[in-house]
Amino acid sequence: MQLHQKISVALNAATAAGRVGLVPFVTAGYPIKDEFIKVLSEICKDGDVVEVGVPFSDPMADGITIQRSSHSAIEQGVTLNWIIDQLAASDIDTPIVLMSYLNPLLAYGYEALAADAAKAGVCGFIVPDLPWEESEHLRAALETQGLGLVQLVTPATPEDRLEMLCKVSQGFIYAVTVTGVTGGDQSMPAEVVDYLDVVKRHASIPVCAGFGVREPSQVAMLGKHADGVIVGSALLEKIESGEDAAAFLRGLQG
Amino acid sequence: MNEALENMSDADRAEHLRKLIAGEYPDKRGRYGPFGGSYAPETLVTALKRLEQGIHEFLADDELQVELRRELKDWVGRPTALTHARGLSKRWGADVWLKREDLAHTGAHKINNALGQAFLAKKLGAKRVVAETGAGQHGVATAAACARVGIPCTVYMGAVDIERQAPNVDRMYQLGANVVPVTGGDATLRAAIDEAFRNWVADPAETFYLLGSAVGPHPYPWLVQVLQSVIGTEARAQIIEAAGGLPDIAVACVGGGSNAIGLFHPMLADSGIEMLGIEAGGLGPDLGDNSATLAAGKPGVLHGTYSMLLYDADGQIQETHSVSAGLDYPGVGPEHALLKTIGRVTYHSITDDVALDALRECCAFEGILPAIESSHALAGAREWAKENPGKRILIGLSGRGDKDMPTLSKHMSFREAAE
Ligand SMILES: Cc1ncc(COP(=O)(O)O)c(C=O)c1O
Repeated sequence: MQLHQKISVALNAATAAGRVGLVPFVTAGYPIKDEFIKVLSEICKDGDVVEVGVPFSDPMADGITIQRSSHSAIEQGVTLNWIIDQLAASDIDTPIVLMSYLNPLLAYGYEALAADAAKAGVCGFIVPDLPWEESEHLRAALETQGLGLVQLVTPATPEDRLEMLCKVSQGFIYAVTVTGVTGGDQSMPAEVVDYLDVVKRHASIPVCAGFGVREPSQVAMLGKHADGVIVGSALLEKIESGEDAAAFLRGLQG
Repeated sequence: MNEALENMSDADRAEHLRKLIAGEYPDKRGRYGPFGGSYAPETLVTALKRLEQGIHEFLADDELQVELRRELKDWVGRPTALTHARGLSKRWGADVWLKREDLAHTGAHKINNALGQAFLAKKLGAKRVVAETGAGQHGVATAAACARVGIPCTVYMGAVDIERQAPNVDRMYQLGANVVPVTGGDATLRAAIDEAFRNWVADPAETFYLLGSAVGPHPYPWLVQVLQSVIGTEARAQIIEAAGGLPDIAVACVGGGSNAIGLFHPMLADSGIEMLGIEAGGLGPDLGDNSATLAAGKPGVLHGTYSMLLYDADGQIQETHSVSAGLDYPGVGPEHALLKTIGRVTYHSITDDVALDALRECCAFEGILPAIESSHALAGAREWAKENPGKRILIGLSGRGDKDMPTLSKHMSFREAAE
């Protein structure tokens, strides 16, 4: 089995169990660098797949929560090298997806990155500033290790392009629910379910809905039209305020 | 990638230059050789394609182009003068000519780009314009152009820049722009661009992002070059007429690279003209003390383009420093990255103090107060003149220095106190 297939398998297992797949996101090393693996282990209890954010100095597709967490992590010395070392030394067996802007990956070097990430338990990557058309080099490196590159689709993506992206995505399809950055707290537009149905129709791997997911009612609603939900900013805000992250995640699934 | 660039053969260099001159760059993928491209979030991919399509229609729309040229003449005041710098010529032992973008409406070359893009925004049916600004010159130009064509605009500006370029903040308000301070990141131009992108991502269908330099995802570097090339096209004709021939060298300051590309691009085919781009050397060569991207950077991706960039071993973008807000940026346009790689343009840097000294010299001997950004070009040209006596030098004087009064007062009083 290719590493990226582990992601799909985990999400399909949730569907088979009659649940909405849960994909929690945390910025690595936030709020406290030394507690990274502890936080990650905690959210792995409820996460079917976990998304680990590599902090970047200029997160242009992120809202204030992830900007804040990224800045703090960088200040504490969190780097991609460090994250991979930590993951490699941990015994986490939930499939991990690394979410990173492109420049830290470029700085690491694609070949070394693919080899090291595969050894550390990473199954795929999400790169918000890397559209499909520019992804050839990174994909070539990831493919040698069976790592996937998850494609994002958005409500602004025309249907022919959406169909193409659904075909080429690996692990899952990241269906962005809003036209905007992460972490918004506006209510989800009603059209989102129609859009998700279109994505679902073109998909042959699981579809996960993300951006602005905060409430159990949203999870219930999105879960009828997608295989999983991604929860990032809302989870980080709970972790920041010292609340029980695992309980929050369990609560989301109702 | 670095090695491949350094080992580029002479034949490859010549071929890249040929393609640039022939208009084959940017290619279909928005590239200038290895540089450029479009590294934008998926939400913007369709908007960028629509923008590219819109630019082609805009350039082919004769009526609109006639109207734009009329506005450039009657509202901006083009062509801007080419001034023989008699005082500097004498002092430097050279024949010095200044292309006076400081005389353009709103006081800098930025208006050439802002007006053109505002026309384009209107044509594309945008409901609002969003822009970033560093020195505030692009913000003021955008505010003025949007007022002229009748479209609301919001300008993001770093909190650090709001302080050091205060006069321009008030001008933007007077011209009807909504100025939003950016406190995140480094609170300068780079953070303002991050924030403008975020705002655009929220409404890509109705918002037009009016980007102020030759950076960003394709098609921006190309669009900005096309709109700024009026500088070099005019200057080339003017210097032939006034001085009787082409210059030996053209010199411009480089932040993101828009005034420099505007001056250089129309002269790339004139193989007898040397070209010199001047970056901000800030306090000195240590990492973080300057924004000399082409001198100290390596290829990387920021704000949608693959170009030279200042970043650390972990890929984090480097904080930069320059006394001039407009040059205080860790990246540079992809066409400059190629021009450096193929050796067509040489890039040097000039420190804060040397730039300020050149500013005073220009005030005292030409009666012109240049922007601190433009003063970097003056200082770079002066150094070149020392090594190459008796040559004809064309300098892009990108803007006027009125906006810099808070910084100048601070530096002057600091000096006086020190003396
Ligand atoms: C007068 C002036 N010159 C130069 C610049 C640098 O920008 P660019 O390199 O795009 O010309 C600025 C930017 O604000 C400016 O205001």
